[in-house]
Amino acid sequence: MNQSNKTLNNKITKLVNQPYKYGFSTTIEKDIIEKGLNEKVIRLLSKKKNEPKFLLEFRLKAYKKWNEMSCPEWAQLKFSEINYQDVIYYSAPKIKKKLDSLDEVDPELLETFNKLGISLTEQKRLTNVAVDAVFDSVSIATTFKKELAEYGVIFSSISEAVHDYAGLIEKYLGTVVPIGDNYFSALNSAVFTDGSFCYIPKDVICPLDLSTYFRINDEKSGQFERTLIIAEENSQVSYLEGCTAPQYDNNQLHAAIVELIALDNATIKYSTVQNWYSGDQKGQGGVYNFVTKRGLCAGNSSKISWTQVETGSSITWKYPSCLLVGDNAQGEFYSVALTNNYQQADTGTKMVHIGKNTRSRIVSKGISAGNSKNTYRGFVNINKKAIGARNYSQCDSLLIGNASNSNTFPFISVRNCTTKIEHEASTSKIGEEQIFYFLQRGISIEKGIELMISGFCREVFTELPLEFASEADRLLSLKLEGSVG
Amino acid sequence: MDLNLPILEIKNLKASINNNEILQSLNLTVNRGEIHAIMGPNGSGKSTFSKIIAGHPAYEVLDGDIIFKGSSILDLDPEERSHLGIFLAFQYPIEIPGVSNEDFLRLAYNSKQKFLNKPEVDPIEFFSIINEKLKLVNMSSIFLSRNVNEGFSGGEKKRNEILQMILLESELSILDETDSGLDIDALKIISKGINTFMDSNKAIILITHYQRLLDYIKPDYVHVMQNGKIIKTGTAELAKELEIKGYEWLN
Repeated sequence: MNQSNKTLNNKITKLVNQPYKYGFSTTIEKDIIEKGLNEKVIRLLSKKKNEPKFLLEFRLKAYKKWNEMSCPEWAQLKFSEINYQDVIYYSAPKIKKKLDSLDEVDPELLETFNKLGISLTEQKRLTNVAVDAVFDSVSIATTFKKELAEYGVIFSSISEAVHDYAGLIEKYLGTVVPIGDNYFSALNSAVFTDGSFCYIPKDVICPLDLSTYFRINDEKSGQFERTLIIAEENSQVSYLEGCTAPQYDNNQLHAAIVELIALDNATIKYSTVQNWYSGDQKGQGGVYNFVTKRGLCAGNSSKISWTQVETGSSITWKYPSCLLVGDNAQGEFYSVALTNNYQQADTGTKMVHIGKNTRSRIVSKGISAGNSKNTYRGFVNINKKAIGARNYSQCDSLLIGNASNSNTFPFISVRNCTTKIEHEASTSKIGEEQIFYFLQRGISIEKGIELMISGFCREVFTELPLEFASEADRLLSLKLEGSVG
Repeated sequence: MDLNLPILEIKNLKASINNNEILQSLNLTVNRGEIHAIMGPNGSGKSTFSKIIAGHPAYEVLDGDIIFKGSSILDLDPEERSHLGIFLAFQYPIEIPGVSNEDFLRLAYNSKQKFLNKPEVDPIEFFSIINEKLKLVNMSSIFLSRNVNEGFSGGEKKRNEILQMILLESELSILDETDSGLDIDALKIISKGINTFMDSNKAIILITHYQRLLDYIKPDYVHVMQNGKIIKTGTAELAKELEIKGYEWLN
């Protein structure tokens, strides 16, 4: 490779290595349970949260399960063993009294969320999005609660819901993702601290988008949040999730569970823009993100749609899935996963067709730059009784540079002959000749790559709610654009 | 700017790719208002020559200089050269999946506007600008919504190149085998577009294998390139002679 060629490659490298904007941390007085995991810690955690008995039992059962399990090794991921005794399982900002209004939230915390572009104060709230802000182990504030209550919509932190709506929690928690589903779901079930709970009553179309913003602040603490969304018959809701973390040299652990339940003719749209800290250019630090997300289309014509934009984390292990149990149920998965430097992502979806005439659609876009590894893993499972089931899958990979890696593992199992399956896949590369073509037309490298990336992701971005579409653009911008220094 | 200065002066240019010397002491002077044709056998260095002027990073200039409008451009990036007014119509135009021709053209146009300290135009304004230019190459506006060169026929790709040349108002246009792979009707359309575009302030370098193109676009000079050098220069008559006698005749 000659000199000028190297210059071009350096430019591309610089371009994809924009610094992480959310790497700051907040200093705040904390209430912490000493690091380490054992039955005592779980009991203490449950006690601190003043939980009902069923939940403590749920946790202990999960802990027992987890102890019997081992970390899965089938993914295309390489990481050093996690020392679970070195993780803090409970870290909460100290709250002196019960919060009645946002004015009593520590200004330091409000400022943190302001810096992240999430305003919790009355005047500056996003007008059409209700936000639940989770900081390390606890929910700080939930906006628009009262307004939503008028429609019968419940939107609260899961800690509060455990008290206020114990019946619903006991009925649904762990029904879509059972305790022993996998190693990380068992861990989460044992130690989850907070997250969001949404309940949309029958015949209600939720008037606002609901959103949770997760922030890991503490260096040593893990974040184990749990989200449960229930959409009753004929209801609809759109839910957004965003996440960031400070920049530390060591790895933070994030193991979440999201359970969605859509009853007859209900629709849940769940969108994520994930921007955990992804580690530095040498691959040091970053969040280990092991997440189990699953939706149950329980009724006739239930619909669940997952949209995700994965840009952060040093390790991503995540397969938002749909169980299509009701007849005519629909599942969708739209994903953009971008990896750079030494990031590794193993992500995809599972579509399990059980009901008649169930339909699923998968659109996955993987972008790999630097030395990163980007894997799509999909499982389309059509059962015997899923007469007339249909699936469409599309998996596209885009490579930037010469050292990145992209894999696709689509797995399809069909057990009846009335099924229609379509699968398309492509791999492309942003090559030197394309870039030269842009340059010759006077278009800079960053503009050119931006245009190609946004073209590549368009099908997924159009699925995002408006508020998030610009956020997603901004995120990819942070990763792939900016000035060519 | 002195308009009497040659628009392009190439002095003793030596260049290589992967340590293979491709251009050897190449000299060429082009004035405004002139059309130069460069002909020559395969592998003589014609395409290399065009890419080096445009600043392709794969080639290394070993010696000599390229002077554009009075200053050396050797240290300039390809996009700077483009902004100054150098345009290369590619022999094989690149396909860019996922990017609409309209977005691409508007971005190119606005980059130039920005360089000239002129206001950038919005999509609606741009649409009327580009629509005028489309007519010059007989393209329908359906082209705009298609992805850049993706699924274009050979002729459509070449017309798209000429469209960009016209849109960017380039001062020096190098057309690398723009005529190859064209049927006679497409050749006529493209030639007409080029002739309408050309004026006394601009210059064009045509790289071609065939005399046929020169029936439609009259060159002021015809150069024959061989082994990375210009070995003979003449008028349009030279091309006709070559057509009959072949390149062997020159050796």
